[in-house]
Amino acid sequence: MSTLQVSIYRYNPETDSAPYMQEFELDTQGRDIMVLNALEMIKQQDSSMAYRRSCREGVCGSDGMNMNGKNGLSCVTPLSEVVKDNKLVLRPLPGLPVIRDLVVDMGVFYKQYESIQPYLQNDTAAPATERLQSPEEREKLDGLYECILCACCSTACPSFWWNPDKFVGPAGLLQAYRFLADSRDTATNERLARLEDPFSLFRCRGIMNCVAVCPKGLNPTRAIGKIREMLLSNAT
Amino acid sequence: MVTNITNLGRSGLSDWLIQRVSAIILAVYAVFMVLYLLFHPGLDYATWSGLFSQTWMRIFSLLAFISIAAHAWVGLWTVSTDYLKQSGARVAFQAVVMLAIFVFLVWGIQVLWGA
Repeated sequence: MSTLQVSIYRYNPETDSAPYMQEFELDTQGRDIMVLNALEMIKQQDSSMAYRRSCREGVCGSDGMNMNGKNGLSCVTPLSEVVKDNKLVLRPLPGLPVIRDLVVDMGVFYKQYESIQPYLQNDTAAPATERLQSPEEREKLDGLYECILCACCSTACPSFWWNPDKFVGPAGLLQAYRFLADSRDTATNERLARLEDPFSLFRCRGIMNCVAVCPKGLNPTRAIGKIREMLLSNAT
Repeated sequence: MVTNITNLGRSGLSDWLIQRVSAIILAVYAVFMVLYLLFHPGLDYATWSGLFSQTWMRIFSLLAFISIAAHAWVGLWTVSTDYLKQSGARVAFQAVVMLAIFVFLVWGIQVLWGA
């Protein structure tokens, strides 16, 4: 069994003048391990290599990265899914500032998430117990609430690359619709008004990169379409 | 809410609707033109000029011209705000595009109703 060739984006702004690719050789002993396992083995070879990780089971969303050109979570991506010609190229999520190696600054991503006010808003008096939903109302939140904010989708989106300060991005818009679709939320009109400008929502051109990379199998493009429908029926 | 003053409809929603509606009009016009040319293989000047002397054709053509003007403005405005990060270059590009669209639109009207 030949060894796996792994090429990793390295950049330490304190010591490097420019980013570079570092080559590693890895003996996986023929096992189909996850990309994160491979990274951990590489860290044994070079402990200066930096990446984020936590739960290692696709729940925390820390280890989003670009693997052979496609964004995904390294902990739930087996080598067999991404390796081509025995070669694996690992880069940080595209479009965000690199702090070091595979670690990116998610500040602008979180700022956009914050802009859609991702919490339930209800101006009616709180009931004695909880605010109830029918099973049908609750069903509308399926495919929306599962997002783990790993940023794989937004950093795969050219509209987000060019205007990360103005376009909310697929992750933020999926969550915007999650609260627009919630029967318990009463801030619908205010939420829609914040998305009506040419950038926040409408910079989406529907190329569906977000859908192609989402590790949770969610569909931000559909959510964006639903928000457009809501805006349209409100305004015409 | 991101503010801006140079897009066509001053709102993302109206720009989006203008883009969709103008696309449908242009598609209908293009299909009509292709079919007309297919059904008139030996097209001569008299037939062609006869088509454009009818009021409905002039209205239909003007509708298509206005659609292409709006469609181009929305589309190229979007391209300029994606790729031109330097404000001066962006405004200059938008001004040139706007002027070209205006000139072509007026010229088109002149062609339709002139001579």
